[in-house]
Amino acid sequence: MTAVDLRVAQRPNAPVTTYRYDEYDAAFVRERVAEFREQVLRRLSGALTEEEFRPFRLMNGLYLQLHAYMLRVAIPYGTLTARQMRRLADIADRWDKGYGHFTTRQNLQYNWPKLVDTPDILEALADVEMHAIQTSGNCIRNVTADHFAGVAPDEIEDPRPTAEFLRQWSSLHPEFSFLPRKFKIAVTGAEHDRAAIMVHDVGLRILRNERGEIGYQVVVGGGLGRSPFVGKVVGDFVPREDLLAFLEAIMRVYNRFGRRDNKYKARIKILIHEKGIDEIRAAVEAEFAAMDRSVFSHDPAEFERIASFFAPPPYETLPETSSALRTAKLETPAFANFVDVNVSAHKIPGYAIVTVSLKPIGGIPGDATSEQMRVLADASERFGFGEMRVSHEQNIILPHVKQDDLFALWRLLEPAGLATANAGLVSDIISCPGLDYCSLATARSIPIAQAISKRFADMSRQRRIGKLGIKISGCINACGHHHVGAIGILGLEKKGQESYQITLGGDPTFSASIGEILGPGVTADQVPDVIEHLVDFYLAEREEGEAFIDTWRRIGHVRFKDVLRREGEDGADI
Amino acid sequence: MAVFKHPQILIASNLADGEVVFLGQSGWERDHCRARVAQNAEEAAALEAAGKRDVSANRVVDVYLADVEIGRDGAPTPLHYRERMRVKGPSVRLDLGKQQLPGSAA
Repeated sequence: MTAVDLRVAQRPNAPVTTYRYDEYDAAFVRERVAEFREQVLRRLSGALTEEEFRPFRLMNGLYLQLHAYMLRVAIPYGTLTARQMRRLADIADRWDKGYGHFTTRQNLQYNWPKLVDTPDILEALADVEMHAIQTSGNCIRNVTADHFAGVAPDEIEDPRPTAEFLRQWSSLHPEFSFLPRKFKIAVTGAEHDRAAIMVHDVGLRILRNERGEIGYQVVVGGGLGRSPFVGKVVGDFVPREDLLAFLEAIMRVYNRFGRRDNKYKARIKILIHEKGIDEIRAAVEAEFAAMDRSVFSHDPAEFERIASFFAPPPYETLPETSSALRTAKLETPAFANFVDVNVSAHKIPGYAIVTVSLKPIGGIPGDATSEQMRVLADASERFGFGEMRVSHEQNIILPHVKQDDLFALWRLLEPAGLATANAGLVSDIISCPGLDYCSLATARSIPIAQAISKRFADMSRQRRIGKLGIKISGCINACGHHHVGAIGILGLEKKGQESYQITLGGDPTFSASIGEILGPGVTADQVPDVIEHLVDFYLAEREEGEAFIDTWRRIGHVRFKDVLRREGEDGADI
Repeated sequence: MAVFKHPQILIASNLADGEVVFLGQSGWERDHCRARVAQNAEEAAALEAAGKRDVSANRVVDVYLADVEIGRDGAPTPLHYRERMRVKGPSVRLDLGKQQLPGSAA
């Protein structure tokens, strides 16, 4: 059965740059759709109670939220083809309300699907090798990766083959289908961490040793939520051939010792915190030594087979820089700003990585309309080998654009509202859906992001401020990563009103740190004023080229607290 | 039983499509203005009992009572901002949810 009218471009000659399902994958996903279709029918007929049905729907990514059901679609390691993006757009139009929300775990959420339609939606996803499995529940969730994977100049190795290897290992793994809590893995192969591996349950950093061999630094026990922790190194250099067995050992230790009596203490970070990393490392090493590792033995041929799916596209041989780009920048200042802010260096001469911001000034972070999705699909096909990435910052990446094509790409993106030149700047705000959609939220987060974005609407001011990560969560579960925002904002309920707690000094990279609370909560109306005071103080205090986090670390938290206190005394009412 | 402090309405989600619904005089309503309002603990208990029956009958899920105040027009408005959001829709998309319906009081 084909669930939707196909409007996808069949491109048999397209280069393979992403993993393609084999017969086993395709059959498995189809079987799961059929199984869920049956479960939905049984629920609607009353054969299953809600209590019985809830685990089944969660295993298929379907939540019940504030206004409607919500379907979370997995985008493994954030990689999407044009064909898949068009299908996401078609689903948004046919079964949702014409848009989708890209999340901080590189997934996509539909906010309005009906339960009765969900099997058809899953069928439509299966047509393009997508699903919603393991996007919820106490299992190993969608594995995330550096969104510049395969194209970053600072990369040791493309993390996507490893991420795909782990996806296959963890999908429906019988030992890990009922973990104490959810479990999130992120992988990077670069010298700079763009995947926030230090705040995942397991973070993997690909390294090369002195002998030129590839291995993994394994970090465990990071996480955000109500008890944030930076992960700790449990393995300094795990050879590739031992990776699955080592991770299996970690999971077994967690499965055995992780708490199940209290959901708030059930994440592996709490186990690490309570037992200490040395005791956990000893337990993992003991399990690793005792286990039958033959079943996890590395199969180089299989790894190479998977890696071959991520082969570089057929790049042209080009000069390092583009004269056409230089000319266009001189002639069109708005384009020049876009290039300066949203375009990153590529490992191949003459090419560039483009970040398409889903954060228009005053817009909803991470939302894209179906029409915008189609523009992105078109853009990727015309200018980027038909491939896109979703970043955990809730933007879309076009990873293979010729510098010569950047101006034409910008002209395609601009009328679609996709050319906001703010990647990494103060208005490129990470925000969870908050109380506008989420049933767990204690306060709204999107309107706060919108208000800050509007306050800093002047793009030249944003560029003067430079890179600055603001992250907003609408509850303590921290889907908006507020703990690791240079400026973090947490929405809470205080005496029946929305209240916002601000933190400073968070860092999601290899130098990870958890932000420190600035002071008592403020009202929604006060948040933009507070942020502006903090930014102004930073601008006054920073040294040449110094990022906000570095100024904060140099002069200390107290100085920032003091400036707000003084402003309050002066009548600024903050 | 919780202490009865304010008038209450019964809120749920419709099983088949997930839309927020309110128990009215003759079944589940999609407009909170048509919700039956409990004025005392006994009436609230009756609402809850009716809700439980419809959970068992697989019509609705996630049923609970919400405190409201009654406006001059007689329409109930939830006291808590979370439920005020539920009777309208997302505050950042006024074109979506109940608030976008013609004649909506949300």
